[in-house]
Amino acid sequence: MTERRSKAGFNAVAFLGVLILLLFGFALGPDTEALRNAAAGALWLAILFAGVLAFNRSYQLELDGAALEPLLLYPAPRWTIFAGKFLANLLFVLLLEVVVVPVAIILFQVTSVAGWIPASGVMLLGSIGFVALGTFYASMASRSRAREVLLPLLLFPMLIPVLLASSEATSALLAGNPMQDAGAWVKLLVAFDVIFLVASFLAFDHVIEV
Amino acid sequence: MRGVTLELEPGEIVGIVGHNGSGKSTLLRVVSTALRPSAGEGWVHGQHLVRDAIEVRRHIGFMAHAPGLYEDLTATENLQFAARMFGIAESGIEAAIDRVGLAQSRNERVRGFSAGMQRRLALARLILGTPSLLLLDEPYNNFDPQGIELVNEVIEDARRGGGSALVVLHDRRQGERVLDRVIELGRGVVIGTSPGSRPLTLVSTVGLPH
Repeated sequence: MTERRSKAGFNAVAFLGVLILLLFGFALGPDTEALRNAAAGALWLAILFAGVLAFNRSYQLELDGAALEPLLLYPAPRWTIFAGKFLANLLFVLLLEVVVVPVAIILFQVTSVAGWIPASGVMLLGSIGFVALGTFYASMASRSRAREVLLPLLLFPMLIPVLLASSEATSALLAGNPMQDAGAWVKLLVAFDVIFLVASFLAFDHVIEV
Repeated sequence: MRGVTLELEPGEIVGIVGHNGSGKSTLLRVVSTALRPSAGEGWVHGQHLVRDAIEVRRHIGFMAHAPGLYEDLTATENLQFAARMFGIAESGIEAAIDRVGLAQSRNERVRGFSAGMQRRLALARLILGTPSLLLLDEPYNNFDPQGIELVNEVIEDARRGGGSALVVLHDRRQGERVLDRVIELGRGVVIGTSPGSRPLTLVSTVGLPH
């Protein structure tokens, strides 16, 4: 409710995502082929960099008003707090993708409509893994004064499999390759999502203790 | 804390005093289930503090040193959130807000509240759940004389209903009207008790009565 009321957080994150895409576009130059080849990687990096800002904000509401302790003392299992934060962050990242994907289509001239439809499934899978880990590490970093720096340092090395699988699968689908090229990466994404979602739910109770 | 044993009878109000760092707030947070004890055990109404933490939380009302509110929500919205998290009807919200004297500000955002108003709203959240064990960490801070009277009324109401309270204080004189006895902590151990219903013994558990 507070996020919907202020909107400042989402606007800033979406603007950063678009800005990163623009910077990639400028760095790659006007070569259409180079732009198309880099589209998936640039898109995923924009989502990852901008999404980290969202994770940093996910405990900010509680930290601003010292409301984390009361939240932990409601008579409910603590994994439900993780579930709430995870779903809110997933919605946030999916909305971010709604903004940055059209920009990527225009900027990188990836006009294959047929490729974008299955690619949206890959984006959902990649987002689930990304958000599960991001929400978990944000809870670990939330009590640190250096959380803005700490979170990317903890998170990005762990995200390499997601980044690799997501960008490779998205790239293969946008290039019009048959599904078998993307299939192995999709399986990796599914495995990553399952492992880190389960691990995050199980471990959350121990990392969130005040 | 080392070797602190404590029992509260129904209707008993116990003050905990001590210097900064003496373990007063830690004791309260262990009993509230916010902190897991590294040794020792405790029970609230027969429920174990660690094994039955969710059940314990149904019986306790914890008011921390900080009010722990969502600053971008209104007073009513903060209590609606608390009611949903406690799984109780929202019908008592209006009465709770009226009781703490915030009727005029019920639809204002907490961000604009003074420290005293925020404490009053935290008190409203406390009485909303009608807990049988109040855990109050320096409850008189930031209150004007009327607010201090309100805190005492809430404690007395709990006593009349057969509830108990643990009240952390810097100065025992603050709560002399409502306290049945006082425990003095120093560096995590009991260093003194006031004349009261029973003396404290030093053993290696933190216990509350079944």
